Amino acid sequence: MRLKIKARTWLAWIAIVLLTVLPLWLAGGAAFGGADDLAREAIGTIAPGYAPWFSPVFEPASGEIASLLFALQAALGAGVIGYWLGLSVGRERARAAAGKSDAG
Amino acid sequence: MHIMEGFLPPAHALGWSAVSACFLAAGLRAMARDLRQHPERRMLFGVAAAFAFLLSALKLPSVTGSCSHPTGVGLGALLFGPAAMVPVGFVVLLFQALLLAHGGVTTLGANIFSMAVVGPFVAYGVFRAAAALGMSRSAAVFAAACLGDLATYATTSLQLAWAFPDPVGGMAASLARFAGIFALTQVPIAISEGLLTVLVVNAIARFHGHEQQAAPVFAHRGRERT
Repeated sequence: MRLKIKARTWLAWIAIVLLTVLPLWLAGGAAFGGADDLAREAIGTIAPGYAPWFSPVFEPASGEIASLLFALQAALGAGVIGYWLGLSVGRERARAAAGKSDAG
Repeated sequence: MHIMEGFLPPAHALGWSAVSACFLAAGLRAMARDLRQHPERRMLFGVAAAFAFLLSALKLPSVTGSCSHPTGVGLGALLFGPAAMVPVGFVVLLFQALLLAHGGVTTLGANIFSMAVVGPFVAYGVFRAAAALGMSRSAAVFAAACLGDLATYATTSLQLAWAFPDPVGGMAASLARFAGIFALTQVPIAISEGLLTVLVVNAIARFHGHEQQAAPVFAHRGRERT
């Protein structure tokens, strides 16, 4: 039997949440640092003599400022998607209402 | 998947920048042509770009005990073709390189190549192949976004292995090491990205009848029941 699309949507959301939360539990004591930093450490062991020849033009003053900028990036994206979703739902409702009044 | 600033030898940095610049030029042309032919798709393009912005800012925990982020470029590749996603990835990566010290200017070319070239093209190719095999739209979209994401991280591993071959085991040993960091961490995150992409494609299919006709993903009339 094929699941209805709404049920499948819910299942997908549950799976996404589990995929995000379960690692925190499965890899309990881990540091959860960035993979980019791990790669930098790996370069340090493979080629200990390598020195980066260029440094970032601008570095966030602290971890707090960095998380502010990351949040800003996510908010920009989420804002546009939210606007589109709201507009789409509104449009569909208006269309449905217009259809009803035409029929009635 | 960001290779950090200064962490690619100059010759590699230059080479990847040259390759990515060609794709960027072609991508800008493809994007401009699509929006000129279908001006009604501008908003949808904004959504595809916003999806990449949002997802690449989310650093998610993984079973390996480290964090990584999805890329979000698979959705746009299925809606506007893979080339149109190169400029989007460029803007995302430039923002992160200049403001977040995430990635870098010297490694921008290499990072564009993995996230904004290999990712979208693999996603697009996987979708076409899955559709040709008769898979449903949702299954094909999932496979495309998930494998496109993984391909990005596999590419980063290859780029680093090429630049830093292991003194004993050579490039293969290095590749195993970097893939262990990037590709493995990415598996659950790529699955999440695949699922999210399916949800957004379903929402677009439901709401936007007229704008979607030009999208490759909706040219596929698979067995999709609603």
